Amino acid sequence: MRYHTPATFADAATIAASAQGVTRFLAGGTDVLVQLRAGSVLPDDLIDLKHIPEVHSITRTADGGWRIGVAVSGASLGANKDLVADWPGVVEGMELVGSTQVQGRATLTGNLCNGSPAADSVPGLIAAGATVTVTGPSGTRDVAVQDIPKGPGKTNLKAGEVISALTLPARGKNAGDAYLRFIPRTEMDIAVVGVAVSLRLDGDKVAEARVALGAVAPTVLLSDACAKAIVGTTLDAKALDALGAAASGECNPISDKRGTKEFRIEVAGVLARRAAKIAYDRAKGAKA
Amino acid sequence: MSKIHVTTTVNGDTVEFLADPRETLLDCLRDKLGLTGSKEGCGTGDCGACSVTVDGVLVSSCLVLGVEAQGKSVTTIEGMDKDGELHPLQRHFVEKAALQCGFCTPGFLVAAKALLDKNPDPTETEVRYWLAGNLCRCTGYDKIVRAVMDAAAEMRG
Amino acid sequence: MPKDEIKQTFRLVGTRPDRPDGLDKVTGRARYGADFSAPGMLWASVVRSPHAHARIKKIDASKALALEGVKAVVTRADFPEVPAGEYWDLQENTIAGERALYDGHAVAAVAATSQLIAHDAARLIEVEYEILPHVTDVDEAFKMDAPVIREGAADYSVPEGSPPNVVKVLDFGRGDVEAGFASADLVKEGHYTTEATHQGYIEPHACVGQLGSDGKGEMWVCTQGHWYIRRMCAGVLGIEAANLRVTASEIGGGFGGKTTIFMEPLSLALSRKSGGRPVKLVMSRAEVLRATGPTASASMDVKIGMTKDGKLTAATAVFRMQGGAFTGSPVDAALNCAFACYELPAVHHLGYDILANRPKAAAYRAPGAPMAAFAVENLLDEMWGELGLDPLDARMMNAAKEGTKSSYGPTFKRIGFEETLEAAKAHKNLSVKLGPNQGRGVAAGFWFNYNGDTSVSLAVAEDGTAQVSVGTPDIGGSRASIALMVAETLGIEYEDVRVSVVETGALGVNEPTHGSRATFATGKAAVEAAESAIKDMCRRAAKKWGIDEDAVEWVDGAARPAGPNAGKFPPLSIVEIAAKMSSTGGPIAGHYEGNPPGVGESFGTHVVDVEVDPETGRTEILRYLVVQDAGRAIHPSYVEGQYQGGAVQGIGWALNEEYVYGADGRLQNPVFLDYRIPVASDLPMIDTVIVEVPNPGHPYGVRGVGETGITPPLPAVANAIAAATGIRMHSLPISPSKLLAAMNAKRKG
Repeated sequence: MRYHTPATFADAATIAASAQGVTRFLAGGTDVLVQLRAGSVLPDDLIDLKHIPEVHSITRTADGGWRIGVAVSGASLGANKDLVADWPGVVEGMELVGSTQVQGRATLTGNLCNGSPAADSVPGLIAAGATVTVTGPSGTRDVAVQDIPKGPGKTNLKAGEVISALTLPARGKNAGDAYLRFIPRTEMDIAVVGVAVSLRLDGDKVAEARVALGAVAPTVLLSDACAKAIVGTTLDAKALDALGAAASGECNPISDKRGTKEFRIEVAGVLARRAAKIAYDRAKGAKA
Repeated sequence: MSKIHVTTTVNGDTVEFLADPRETLLDCLRDKLGLTGSKEGCGTGDCGACSVTVDGVLVSSCLVLGVEAQGKSVTTIEGMDKDGELHPLQRHFVEKAALQCGFCTPGFLVAAKALLDKNPDPTETEVRYWLAGNLCRCTGYDKIVRAVMDAAAEMRG
Repeated sequence: MPKDEIKQTFRLVGTRPDRPDGLDKVTGRARYGADFSAPGMLWASVVRSPHAHARIKKIDASKALALEGVKAVVTRADFPEVPAGEYWDLQENTIAGERALYDGHAVAAVAATSQLIAHDAARLIEVEYEILPHVTDVDEAFKMDAPVIREGAADYSVPEGSPPNVVKVLDFGRGDVEAGFASADLVKEGHYTTEATHQGYIEPHACVGQLGSDGKGEMWVCTQGHWYIRRMCAGVLGIEAANLRVTASEIGGGFGGKTTIFMEPLSLALSRKSGGRPVKLVMSRAEVLRATGPTASASMDVKIGMTKDGKLTAATAVFRMQGGAFTGSPVDAALNCAFACYELPAVHHLGYDILANRPKAAAYRAPGAPMAAFAVENLLDEMWGELGLDPLDARMMNAAKEGTKSSYGPTFKRIGFEETLEAAKAHKNLSVKLGPNQGRGVAAGFWFNYNGDTSVSLAVAEDGTAQVSVGTPDIGGSRASIALMVAETLGIEYEDVRVSVVETGALGVNEPTHGSRATFATGKAAVEAAESAIKDMCRRAAKKWGIDEDAVEWVDGAARPAGPNAGKFPPLSIVEIAAKMSSTGGPIAGHYEGNPPGVGESFGTHVVDVEVDPETGRTEILRYLVVQDAGRAIHPSYVEGQYQGGAVQGIGWALNEEYVYGADGRLQNPVFLDYRIPVASDLPMIDTVIVEVPNPGHPYGVRGVGETGITPPLPAVANAIAAATGIRMHSLPISPSKLLAAMNAKRKG
């Protein structure tokens, strides 16, 4: 295995584009090293992105959004109070990934590129309307986060392409987000179901909403039906019931060692209701 | 097979080793530097027995490559006591019987110290969640949590 | 020893000093299995079957052997033929012969100059398999037309016409069961299942083995019993036991799973084949879960009869357990423990040991007893609940006590089950009012205590301090408890006793630290050794004083004339006697070799409060109480630790832990991510009450405490969930998926 430490994303893309065998990018490494150890992925070229200067920083964009470097760990994300105040749901999703130790390394971008439908940070990013910048041999392009996953373990990135930054939009006023997942234990599990809700209020009514569902289909789903169920409502019991039903209706899960199909469908509805309430309260000013 | 020369600081000492890029920091600590206090319980970041800090950040050393340690500062269980004087956490673990087999103990101590460095007055719930990635199969965690809380109280004075 | 001779007050026993190995274990200095290295050492890696059942057609290691740094490859062909029986089973499990019998079964092993090269080489070994039909489920394996794991494996107990995977049948009981059921006011039957679980010790198996062409070898290994390692490796490899010297490293948990061999002979065979170089072999977590010894999965039918007052009249149990591809599920112990807590006029047990395509089961803390308790205590709780009886009162009414003829045969001597029920009833947790979706569960449990082959040697140093050499590895503080008992006996300070776990060359045979025996048996042996040294010192004092040695007694660390008639001499302390040892007869020592008699059974009562999320089926443990009879707690902190650890393992078994096999017979969850043992945030503090009803068979009253604690949690949690939801779960684990489905079924009527 060759180990590369490029100083720019352009260099990283060039190395990846010219590599012949299996290539992996290394940021937090919390998935790559597990696969390496298990022998399930044995890269010929490993490209460590952490020597690229901007990968460790979290910065405000000109329009009030956030630009997050690809090597920013969960722990660093959680330590940024302003970011937490804007996007508590995004941060809590990331903070649910693995242990405290894993938080010291794991990154949003890595969680996204691992391609797992159960990735805890991805529903929050999709609900937030986050985008990523993709650097390839022929330049850069911006892609919505929901367009990156292709299926379990697979992304839509092309050979030689690398995600070079992640951008969260400006939060704006009267808005809130939340992420909830179901796991059998209290920590350390992969989500059996995950639901993220981001919404904006106009008075007591939900003016805009984005709802993303994790671990209930081959990729994380952005659900229009769920959004429609609550937009225009005050998130009363009827709206919550409609949201729950919509969330369950969107699911196309499998039964596996982590939970049954029926369980995932039912609990997706439960978590959608619970997450929406939290997001609503946050939009009303409740602190995360 | 080409190995990479790595210079890093471990527990304050400058050390050098040659690492195959596939070798983890844990492998390098244990097999190249003889620091076997950090343990491998899973190799997948699920048990915390290999906990160390890199530039002050708590990590699982089984999920860090040895070559990534270049130019960093690593602290392991072997660096926890100061000139033979035990850290209060170490003392409370012994006094409160917070270990049975002792295999998970180095990881718990390193992780607990990282918690107290950040939060000198954690609640029981905060201790339990911070340490959720450190598996112990012997104690049921009761005496570990008590030892951490007691050490924290002593350190606050 | 008669009851009135049991001492009640002690200088050291019952105190909580720092454990002697504490400093090493909090500084990272303590050396565990994988922490040892030797000059010239090679690293090994094992090739394992990805199939549940497959004929091994061909193994081609040529590419691996061509890799630079590879020194040897071994397959079954490198092992001698051994006759059927224990060593054949161990050899077959160490490395597959004609067929791979489970996912993870070792097929070949390679030694190389580095761990990476060894792993690379293992990937280059090509194995050609012919996949055979497999079976992993216990009830499927019990069928007449199930795939056959091994012809001719059944023993004499199996009747003609039994299903082909049944290898052992147990059938025992007493009293007239039918009459008992006929006289009952309430008779109920239930069917219960439990999935296999793993001990889940955090330290993977590891060893360094060295074996020369002269047949002499050495091994450094993490184990609960290094004499077992020696005997088993010698049996598997066809070498002489005394020629293999085995040193036990510190051990990172065992819970029964490190009482046998798995890959140790591979390191020795590789060493022999690579010119005697030491070979290190460390398992990955996936190897531990796939290829070491979990416990059995169980399918159980229980029938109980009782009067309307809740008094038991009769009970029967039919247990089917698969313990993997070899004889040895714990169905026998499960049956023995099933009804051991209660007085029963009539009882009958029937058990089947069944083969399946799973790894060979090893002991796991009170082997079999937790499954049995899950079935029996679950049904009892249901029945007593139906009669409106308090679960503690009902147990008290039926409790086994001194003089009770136990369900499994012997008549109990002094035991403390009733005392645990009383202490549970008095505990503050019982008065906490429960809220909605919350429930309280009670269950009782039992485990034997075991003696076993034990050798201990004690020597007094020139300064009057004592060294104690024992052969039972210290897993949870036994050095401390043994030092306390020896110091108490010799009348010296705790700090002046050093207990060492020594290698096989230094003592007679020792059985492992298993069967809740270390503090009982090694402790008793150490006290005997100390008494024998005391006798020698008294003899020396008598000689000096010129009096009869019977006229000397040992009090507070010194020889004294026994009473005024013996003469008037100032006491001779151990320090004074030791200083003169050379001129008074040479070294002072004592030793014990034997099977220390007088085991004392331990009973426990657990009470747990849970809350169930009605929308997700998730169960939270709110409060947990362990009450158990320790006989006497030599070091109470480590007794509490056993109670707490056992309870939490049981909670894991009850709620989340299970072996998940796919339709292809492969283990789906061989990582801690998906083999979900409890984490710190899952739990409250675990409350403990140590009941002390001294065991009359031990000088300090010790009973074995290690195992009973894992027995009640399975039914206690199930009973609490029943109280919270009105649903009685008959299958473990009670995962959220399962419980939510059951709650939905109930809601729909």
